[in-house]
Amino acid sequence: MPTKIEVSDLNKSFATDKGILPVVEAVSLTVQDGEFVAIVGPSGCGKSTLMNMIAGFIQPDSGTVRIDGAPRTRPDAKGILISQQGSVFPWLTVRENLMFGLNGHSTADRWAVAERYADIVGLKGFEESYPHEISGGMLKRTELARALVVKPEILYMDEPFSALDALLSLRMRNELLRILAKERHTTLLITHDVEEAIHLADRIIVLTPRPTRIQAIFAVPFPHPRRLAGREAQELRIAILSELGVDRGELGS
Amino acid sequence: MARIKARIKETLPSVILLAALIAAWWGAVITTHSVIFPTPWAVLTGTLEMLEDGTLWRHIGASLMRVGAGFGLAVCVGVPLGLWMGWVGSAYRTLNPLFQILRPISPIAWIPIAILWFGVGDASPIYLIFISSVFPMVVQTTVGVHTIEKRYLRAAENFAVSRRTLFRQVVIPAVLPQIIVGMRIGLGVAWLVVVAAEMIALRSGLGYMIMDSRNAGNRYDLVISGMIIIGLIGLSLDATMRILEGTKWARWRYAH
Repeated sequence: MPTKIEVSDLNKSFATDKGILPVVEAVSLTVQDGEFVAIVGPSGCGKSTLMNMIAGFIQPDSGTVRIDGAPRTRPDAKGILISQQGSVFPWLTVRENLMFGLNGHSTADRWAVAERYADIVGLKGFEESYPHEISGGMLKRTELARALVVKPEILYMDEPFSALDALLSLRMRNELLRILAKERHTTLLITHDVEEAIHLADRIIVLTPRPTRIQAIFAVPFPHPRRLAGREAQELRIAILSELGVDRGELGS
Repeated sequence: MARIKARIKETLPSVILLAALIAAWWGAVITTHSVIFPTPWAVLTGTLEMLEDGTLWRHIGASLMRVGAGFGLAVCVGVPLGLWMGWVGSAYRTLNPLFQILRPISPIAWIPIAILWFGVGDASPIYLIFISSVFPMVVQTTVGVHTIEKRYLRAAENFAVSRRTLFRQVVIPAVLPQIIVGMRIGLGVAWLVVVAAEMIALRSGLGYMIMDSRNAGNRYDLVISGMIIIGLIGLSLDATMRILEGTKWARWRYAH
């Protein structure tokens, strides 16, 4: 597999009232084409800052991000960011949201593509609804579909399901896996939920507290569909959690 | 049926208050044997008289025309200007201080200059309405652009849409509820100002009607009639703008 994302020696600090606050320190990583990489770390460690630099929304102080070998300077439709608060436009209908990113196509084409993706994520019958008229789960589906419509090569997901309840979050994860099995996007997921990472990712990168560095990398060799209650998955979970500073005693095992 | 009942229950207190005020007014005029201050009945008959000979309609039409022209002009200038100032930082920094100085100047203070520039025809009140309703719309529109949530602008940036799509599908719809609020404020101010402006030297309009009724034979019944009509028309103009707030272009803002 060719390398899709190549991050080398990224550094970022922010100026605050109390002085310079280093947030990301010397982070290097690579993501292969079609690979699903999860990044986990303690809250407030700078995960989102790291993701925003990779996606091009924030410029690093030093270091480079290369996508397909080309240096990335600003965001584009090759990689779509899905964030925790979501950014589905509340003034557009579900259909208009799905059609939003389709530049330079005829209206009929855009309509048809939007229709297809509404169907894929299970939004059929809600195309004319406004975001405030649908549920939180539906809103996430809309966000996901709006991203998929433009056929992005990379999905950047920043705690995409953490605002949903546990059951809905699990449903959305399975949904995501189903879609990714069909259309293989390179995916970078930020999460604080180790179980979610094990459920979804091919590889898990564990970050240190701020200023964040890479602490450990785990491969997740289990085939899909994954049994999260299985012994191997549980062992991996404990290993990742202990990297995050949670010891065995606290896990009750 | 239950809804009608609830509606009646809601409006009943204000109807009672109005009735009590009219009764008090009536009683006061009778007990003081006032020769100038009219009874509610005199106001009503005076109004009917003016309705019959058509002068009332002429005055209402003239006032509405002036408000329509001045306010329309203010929308055409204020909204694009507000969008530009909201979007382009240097435009905001250049123009905002000037507008903050101009904004608190009462439209009444502009009257001498309006007469100097535009004479005593229709152009003067239209100018006064324009100058007083354009600033609230510029301010509201600018604030609207400044308060668009970052995540939506980021999403638009992420999808790398054209400038045209950015404005048509993100910026303008995001600001539209604020624009409508600005229009509502602007129209309210416009209606206040037209009456004041018409008191100067014109020969038509509700403001003229009030001044003329007083000057030509102390017809205070028509003065009060004019005041009440101004109030009622102001109310219905505001109700019209509130209908705009309930349309799909603005409703998303007030959901949740």
